Amino acid sequence: MSLNGQSKIPQILKNHEAEVLADWLGEQMAAGIRKDLLKEIELREECREFLELFTDAIQQGNLTNIQSTEWRSVREMLTSVSRTRTQKGFTPTETANFVFSFKQPLFKRLRQELGQNGEALVEEILSASNLIDKLGLWTTEIYQKTREEVILRQQEELMELSTPVVKLWEGILALPIIGTLDSARTQIMMESLLEMIVQTGSQVAIIDITGVPTVDTLTAQHLLKTVTAARLMGADCIISGIRPQIAQTIVYLGVDLADITTKASLADAFVLALKRSGFAIARSKPTI
Amino acid sequence: MERIAILQMGHFLLVTIQVDMHDHLAMTLQDDLTNRISKTSARGVLIDISALEIVDSFIGRILANIAKMSRILDAETVVVGMQPAVAITLVELGLSLKGIRTALNVEKGMALLRSSLGDSQGGSMDGDAEK
Repeated sequence: MSLNGQSKIPQILKNHEAEVLADWLGEQMAAGIRKDLLKEIELREECREFLELFTDAIQQGNLTNIQSTEWRSVREMLTSVSRTRTQKGFTPTETANFVFSFKQPLFKRLRQELGQNGEALVEEILSASNLIDKLGLWTTEIYQKTREEVILRQQEELMELSTPVVKLWEGILALPIIGTLDSARTQIMMESLLEMIVQTGSQVAIIDITGVPTVDTLTAQHLLKTVTAARLMGADCIISGIRPQIAQTIVYLGVDLADITTKASLADAFVLALKRSGFAIARSKPTI
Repeated sequence: MERIAILQMGHFLLVTIQVDMHDHLAMTLQDDLTNRISKTSARGVLIDISALEIVDSFIGRILANIAKMSRILDAETVVVGMQPAVAITLVELGLSLKGIRTALNVEKGMALLRSSLGDSQGGSMDGDAEK
């Protein structure tokens, strides 16, 4: 930036702080802020803080790189604004507009001050525009990141929720799987199943896949791995809850489940497990 | 030199691995065990690996080999007490140890050996009452 040293923006901002702030607020009010989500007084406070930090930062003379230390406080401020807006339910456009709407009042001032010097005006507007674009993009980036964090947290919670190992009978465990089986889930599932096998000394484990929407080669692979690991520890696995479509898919995919005992329903698998453990079920009363 | 003890219980041989297996130790065990099987004409081998916390592909393969060799010498092999982490590692390494029979603990492993050989052989030699 050849003009860095002589940029008029810091001076102009300092001289007209109040007017710029008022214009900017007006700009945002005119564009229509979400009154249901954000009070005017809060917006005013945010704008004032941003303008203050922005003026401070821009006075250091670095108008090109917002990742530098001069801009740290501005970045932090925008991060917190973006985060709170994400949580309140603003759209990405509304969030980014907080920064982009600053262009209008700033350019207006620049035009007023430098109107007679066309070349300098263009130069200033260009650098200011660049700078504000970068800050706006930063806001969007944070918005995205916050959203991703939410998704990640939900994924983790889902994972914890969805892999319970239940004891059905002495020596018989069941693992009802609900939802898609991916590698990370299989890992957790396998670990908790094996831990339970050790804890309870169970010899039979039933893996029920009624709740698994689709089975592809990878899912089948994961299932096979779990069964093999349980077998290595000395427990037999029975896979139950295979729906007709899934049986068809498994055969068409050429997955070999020949070494594994499979049953159509959990009830069938449970009866088999009881039989293997040496239990017998007898009805004490005839059916009515 | 470090060695893994092989105990005889009737028609069965009992091996308890209490130390970290390194390659040389595993080879020695394979050697000793095959010799003992042929000398004692044992019908079953029970390997307790509950204290084993780390396995690699080599140890896994040695275990599989021991099972195959015992089979040739007419002895069943049962591996008992495998830790969950060890089982996961072996599966991830692609070693499913087919041909090896497994049980959760020594007691269940013994029962498995006995039932596979018929009570008349193992049970009477052990002097162990059937539970």
